[in-house]
Amino acid sequence: MKYARVEVRDKKGIYDAVAEGLKTDIKDLGIPGVKDVEYVQVYTFRGDFTKKALTHVANEVLTDKVSQESHCEGGFHKTSARNRHVVEIAYNPGVMDPVEESVRKAIKDMGTKGVESLSTSKKYVIKGSLSASQLEKLTEKLLYNKVIQHVVTHKELQKELESYKFKPVEIDIINASDNKLKKISREGQLYLNLTEMKAIKTHFKKQKRNPTDCELETLAQTWSEHCKHKTMMGAIRYNGKNFKNLLKETVMKVTKELNKSWCISVFTDNAGIIKFDAKHNICFKVETHNHPSALEPYGGAETGIGGVIRDPMGTGRGSKPIINTDIFCFGMPDMSQSAVPKGALHPKRVLKGVVSGVRDYGNKMGIPTVNGAVCFDERYTGNPLVFCGNVGIMPKEFSTKKVSPGDLIVAVGGRTGRDGIHGATFSSAELTTESESISSTAVQIGNPITEKKMLDTIIEARDRGLYEAITDCGAGGFSSAVGEMGENTGAEVYLEKAPLKYEGLKPWEIWVSEAQERMVLAVNPKNLKRLMNIFKSEDVEATVIGKFTKTKKLRLYYKGHKVSDLDMSFLHDGLPRVNRKAVWKPKKQDKKVLPRKKSDLTDDLLKVISTWNVCSKEWIIRQYDHEVQGGSVLKPLVGVENDGPADASITRPLLNSNKGIVLSNGINPSYGDIDPYWMAASAIDEALRQIAAVGGDVTKTAILDNFCWGNTEKPDQLGGLVRASQACYDMAKVYGTPFISGKDSLNNEFNMGKRTVSIPPTLLISAIGVVDNVRKTISSDVKKKGNLIYVIGKTFQEMGGSQYFLVNGKKGGVVPRVEPKASFKTMKKLSSAIKKGLVTSAHDCSEGGIGVALSEMLFSGGLGAEVSLKKVPRLGSIDRDDVILFSESNSRFVLEIDPEKKKDFEKAMKGIPFAEIGEVTGGSKLLVTGLNGKIIVKTNIQALKKSWQKPFKRLMHEES
Amino acid sequence: MKKVKTLILRTAGTNCDKETAFAFEQAGSEVDLVHINSLVAGKNILDKYHILAIPGGFTYGDDVASGKILANELKFKLKSQLSRFVKKGKLIIGICNGFQVLVKMGLLPKIKKSNDYQIEATLSLNDCGKFQAKWVYLRNDKNDKCVWTKDLPEVIYVPIAHAEGKFIPKNDSVLETLRKKGQVVFRYCDGNGVLSGYPHNPNGSVDDIAGICDPSGRIMGMMPHPERHISYLQHPNWRRSPEENNHMGIGLKIFKNGVNYVRNHL
Repeated sequence: MKYARVEVRDKKGIYDAVAEGLKTDIKDLGIPGVKDVEYVQVYTFRGDFTKKALTHVANEVLTDKVSQESHCEGGFHKTSARNRHVVEIAYNPGVMDPVEESVRKAIKDMGTKGVESLSTSKKYVIKGSLSASQLEKLTEKLLYNKVIQHVVTHKELQKELESYKFKPVEIDIINASDNKLKKISREGQLYLNLTEMKAIKTHFKKQKRNPTDCELETLAQTWSEHCKHKTMMGAIRYNGKNFKNLLKETVMKVTKELNKSWCISVFTDNAGIIKFDAKHNICFKVETHNHPSALEPYGGAETGIGGVIRDPMGTGRGSKPIINTDIFCFGMPDMSQSAVPKGALHPKRVLKGVVSGVRDYGNKMGIPTVNGAVCFDERYTGNPLVFCGNVGIMPKEFSTKKVSPGDLIVAVGGRTGRDGIHGATFSSAELTTESESISSTAVQIGNPITEKKMLDTIIEARDRGLYEAITDCGAGGFSSAVGEMGENTGAEVYLEKAPLKYEGLKPWEIWVSEAQERMVLAVNPKNLKRLMNIFKSEDVEATVIGKFTKTKKLRLYYKGHKVSDLDMSFLHDGLPRVNRKAVWKPKKQDKKVLPRKKSDLTDDLLKVISTWNVCSKEWIIRQYDHEVQGGSVLKPLVGVENDGPADASITRPLLNSNKGIVLSNGINPSYGDIDPYWMAASAIDEALRQIAAVGGDVTKTAILDNFCWGNTEKPDQLGGLVRASQACYDMAKVYGTPFISGKDSLNNEFNMGKRTVSIPPTLLISAIGVVDNVRKTISSDVKKKGNLIYVIGKTFQEMGGSQYFLVNGKKGGVVPRVEPKASFKTMKKLSSAIKKGLVTSAHDCSEGGIGVALSEMLFSGGLGAEVSLKKVPRLGSIDRDDVILFSESNSRFVLEIDPEKKKDFEKAMKGIPFAEIGEVTGGSKLLVTGLNGKIIVKTNIQALKKSWQKPFKRLMHEES
Repeated sequence: MKKVKTLILRTAGTNCDKETAFAFEQAGSEVDLVHINSLVAGKNILDKYHILAIPGGFTYGDDVASGKILANELKFKLKSQLSRFVKKGKLIIGICNGFQVLVKMGLLPKIKKSNDYQIEATLSLNDCGKFQAKWVYLRNDKNDKCVWTKDLPEVIYVPIAHAEGKFIPKNDSVLETLRKKGQVVFRYCDGNGVLSGYPHNPNGSVDDIAGICDPSGRIMGMMPHPERHISYLQHPNWRRSPEENNHMGIGLKIFKNGVNYVRNHL
């Protein structure tokens, strides 16, 4: 046989969870007529094999004979019939199919011969009465994504990818007019501006030649916003002040000034490194993968987490990834289907895709996801944000790397394909209704197992000292990896040596492809053989593709032809500096904006606790393995029933030590509309509060910045960015928390033709600290009847951007500020009281203020409470209960204290605002007394928990 | 004291090997992590060990079906080494993905006595359709057959983390035999040991089955992860009841049982 199809489906009577889930989604789309869905997995084989061999493979490997049945001759339901619609989905040519490799292996293990290629597809048999347009709608919205897949329309023959024969290509740029330069940039998807194009023109004029396609692509990638951070590192004139380099004068400056001895490497390597214990260092990196996730949420998020995991793997001479963290910003998941702009996906689909992408990659890598957050705002609809972070640990002697001339360039891991071309440059582009068609090569899907086996062998090779330097192929692929490693030496690469997924790639495509799961090593030739043996022993592909030289030139060859000869100095330092103007006009913050006074706030509390931002994210959290590696000692969900929200997470990376890593994040996009300065300050305060709340040490905590902004060529957008950066400096300086790494993603806009929607200015702060003894840390759930409840930190009337305003339809108001000195003092005192065992539980006040923090502690712990707002430390003029209960002032905590420790605790709190406000009661009631002595909240913890869990349960149809 | 040696099998996608090794070390065994390629290349490596542990993970990406590709590899490449190992009365434990592998190659439940490995059950996609990570209670039905569960308390608390953990026996007679012969080792239950369906049974397993053993009691597989609960600090609520911390870390007992059995019987 030359061609055969094997189809596999569940036997009758076996519950098919995939089909059931799909049925619910179809109903959600507003298509009522579907009675049943059947899911069929299809394998297509080509080659020269016997029918017996094929049947053997089908029975032994492809079919689970307990629960499934297979069909080797044409398949079940060959075509559609009345009320039975058959839709088959396959990957587009060139998109990697991870199952293919595994099935090939199984066939090889069995000794079966003759299969040359195979592919998989998914067949859906949809039963019920459907119009053609309904079928089309559900196919497009639920079954496939045209960026990576297509509907199989007829029996597909093998699509031959074209082969490639070398042809030298030069781009005439030295004679090009300005308009021509712009056109070259635009049509080549280079995303270089005119000044940059002109700099290239001048450079090559001096050389008396034109650049090759490969050289131009290399420059575009290296000079992309993604790789060079042109805006943040550029010159900015802001409200009369001149910055030469915004990042160096704010975020990086504070780290330099703080000069902490435990900071090992900052802002230089792929991740920032800090000290863990006498023998180990840890490193941390957080990145975004926004634009790919907008187009293809599953693949975008998968490659987002896959990429950031390679950062710690490529830091120093390699660290072992031990913790993942993920923060997402989405549009409103319950928006109506018709309100979704053309070219954008529905936020619920984005959410489900992103969550499953991160889940599949993170879980399969065996890295626990222990911390995260999700924010919602309608402006994220066309441009969602996907932040993925990873922490790695390494023996401290592996914290550095050095490339020497003569070292070989070894590519390890996955093969190179046409996937991910122009990812680096595309990330600087504005998303439009057309992005899905023109930029689809920027999107990829990942193969975590390729990365996992690469990781296993790299750690082995590292421990034996078999390479000198390592870095990951991220944005820009080989171009960025080799370009960066060889910056101070020079490098030459023979592009035809790179292993390819399929034929037909042009030299420049090989060079800039961002195909996943690849890393580059610098190897002393004397170690090559031993190194290669390690990779070979575990089926990891590794290839010498070139060597580092002392020419200070980047020379690329393809089958003997020279395709690039660039000066390293021009490549890395030739980029003209950006000069931008920024303005900031403060918004009026009116204290008088408040909802009408109410005598009962029960209903408001129940509403605030069930906003999308506050509500339970358990549906997401449970899909991530937070226990793998065995180190989790404070989990993302806490309390009697393991379903309450935790603050920071704590991980014990070495199972025979009680030393721990505390991890948290802070993000408050809703404050940025009023003032990005206080938004940034609040994000820093929030991240640090969570560290303090579990007993972490703020003085041994480092932070990371991730700016996601709109178009910073607009002066007011850039003004906001400057203010946020200034806040980073001002706050970190007082807290003594150095920034160790960061990233920015600009141009997060969605263009809908007439209207451009910009995301709210968003800064994610990720914090990482070390605790000496995890046994001295605490969780946020209340523990015991009769314990006292305290509030520490001062409440101000800061309701701007609050959840209380959101549920009451109020805009404006006063944004929460931070008084860093007072805040630092509060956190330090809290940390030390926890270390002394004086605090039973603690929770920080963030969205929803004291009302939400207290409620969460109670329903997690399964106990009620009686509290009074009278004594809550506050600005004297505050006379409204709703302000005390829901203001989102920073630097506050709700604490549970054992009455026996009352005296010692109060002594420890001397010098900061604190007050006992009530006590934990048995039973389940929550009673809050207002300023006038009357009860203003009367509810119970069951009702609070139910409201908190309701939004996701309803969205995902999991209400009991 | 007799040296006990455990081999932890690794391959592409294995990811619970380190913590499983740590658990066996804590239980008193020497441990080697061995890649399947070395096992296939060397004819007699397995003979040097008393215990074979197939740890959790996503071997070969769970492609086609979880555990399937590794099960196929073991069956076609390592059958003689494995059969010899089993025949000598040595121990095997499969956790999570390892359990899936043992079931899908026919080493569990192995009701039929034959040299051919028959597929008598499967582990398939959870009823909720997705991966779930959570802590579950397991009831250990008193049976003196399984060497791994000796003297465990009636109810233990351990985490699960899987997408394909729904246990389905091939037919009613397989289920009946499992029950009658004492091969059902663990069932999902509530905190009081009462079988009570979803959500306590997190995946829809038939008869709430979470773990089984072979007729000899020496080969055991389970979906939950005992190696993730060998210290009280791993228990989600060690902060709530410090007085009970001494009783936490219950998973370690399972590894100790295996190691002690080797010391006393092999």
